[in-house]
Amino acid sequence: MMEDFEPTVVAFLCNWCSYAGADLAGTSRLKYPSNIRSIRVMCSGRVDPIFILDALKEGIDGVLVAGCHPGDCHYQSGNYKTNRKIKLIKRLLSELNIEPDRVRFEYISASEGQKFATVVTEFVGRLKEMGPSPLKEACE
Amino acid sequence: MTGEKLKFAFYWAASCGGCEIAVLDMNEAILEVVSAADILFWPVAIDTKYSDVEAMEDGHIDVCFFNGAIRNSEQKELAHLLRKKSKVLVAFGSCAVTGGIPGLANLSSRKGVFETVYLDNASIENPDGTVPETSSRVKEGELTIPEFFDTVDTLDQTVEVDYYLPGCPPPTALIMNAINAILSGELPPKGSVIAPARSVCDECRFEKSEKRITKIKRIYEVEELEDRCLLEQGIICMGPATRGGCGAPCLEANMPCTGCGGPTPNSLDQGGKMISALASVLGIDSEAVSSDKEVEAMLDRLIDPVGTFYKYGLPSALIKRRVMKE
Repeated sequence: MMEDFEPTVVAFLCNWCSYAGADLAGTSRLKYPSNIRSIRVMCSGRVDPIFILDALKEGIDGVLVAGCHPGDCHYQSGNYKTNRKIKLIKRLLSELNIEPDRVRFEYISASEGQKFATVVTEFVGRLKEMGPSPLKEACE
Repeated sequence: MTGEKLKFAFYWAASCGGCEIAVLDMNEAILEVVSAADILFWPVAIDTKYSDVEAMEDGHIDVCFFNGAIRNSEQKELAHLLRKKSKVLVAFGSCAVTGGIPGLANLSSRKGVFETVYLDNASIENPDGTVPETSSRVKEGELTIPEFFDTVDTLDQTVEVDYYLPGCPPPTALIMNAINAILSGELPPKGSVIAPARSVCDECRFEKSEKRITKIKRIYEVEELEDRCLLEQGIICMGPATRGGCGAPCLEANMPCTGCGGPTPNSLDQGGKMISALASVLGIDSEAVSSDKEVEAMLDRLIDPVGTFYKYGLPSALIKRRVMKE
């Protein structure tokens, strides 16, 4: 794989937990890779599978979706639905021969700045191992 | 309309011929059509040659109904030719609109398709391993056949399309609708899908209530079908993610919608919408206590995600083919 490959990651972060968690990572001056582009959504349940498929189609290397921990969803059950959605998308991607690990779902609370930084670091590391998205050349 | 007759053409590319039958399903109404329009080109029904079409002036044909997907060089050539010779080009049927059943070949490649069809198949005896070549030498000279493509495309990925008439095949009522609109000159804006802007669920006869399912079931696993929404009974029905206009005849026959109408209006991806719908209703009763393992076990019952969610539309999906790695 290319040594200097820098993956592009889109992160959909829920307003109530994960975006606040990302904020905390920032205010706590934690280090994490700058490969991610954060998009704040009101709930991880707002993330339409089409957002994820479209991002991948456009050549994004990985998509992170983060929401509240089980039982903590501001809208009761958005995070559970997203968990199932992401699992379904991973199955779809496997059948299309795209690494399912390019899509990741995590529970990150508002107090988990450290977890946010760890997840992003790990995810970017994993994407570097995988190399550029196979859909990248198709869209060039 | 003036006294002059309209000029129609019909063509089939990668399709099964069902769309041609659908045209004839108009029954005696087709007599009104031929009294108002001349059919200049229709390979399935009348003896005309490609050279007849080539000899026409550009824009000579008023309306061309083109069914079938584009999967070889002959179909591509005819798509370009008929586009040039027609004022209005209608993508007719699922294959032309979204790729259709032939589009599922995008899960494989030319090599894979040839292997299954010509080499590795229980009913095939081919000791020399002969597969089609675009050109072959015989003693009489050179024989050529069209080139088979790796990837199946829709009609509008090949040439500009004016109108879309989805369905496998398009329902007679919608065909009549489109033809009447053409005859009266009252066509919708270019680029329109000539079908209602509602989902199959809106036309389905079954009663719908709150959806919550615990298990995905295949049809043969349902012993006694209840008289209510099939999705609520655990059968995957593409109705919520599929454009209506068909009158839900499959549901009338107690079979789930498989999605031939294509995506609902303003939706970029039919499968994406169905994933959303299914994930929202599956296992919600136990979601607060289900482990990830239990959720995966529920999803294991979905055997073929691509074939279920994109049965008629893989070439028009956001991710239109399987990634082939050498």
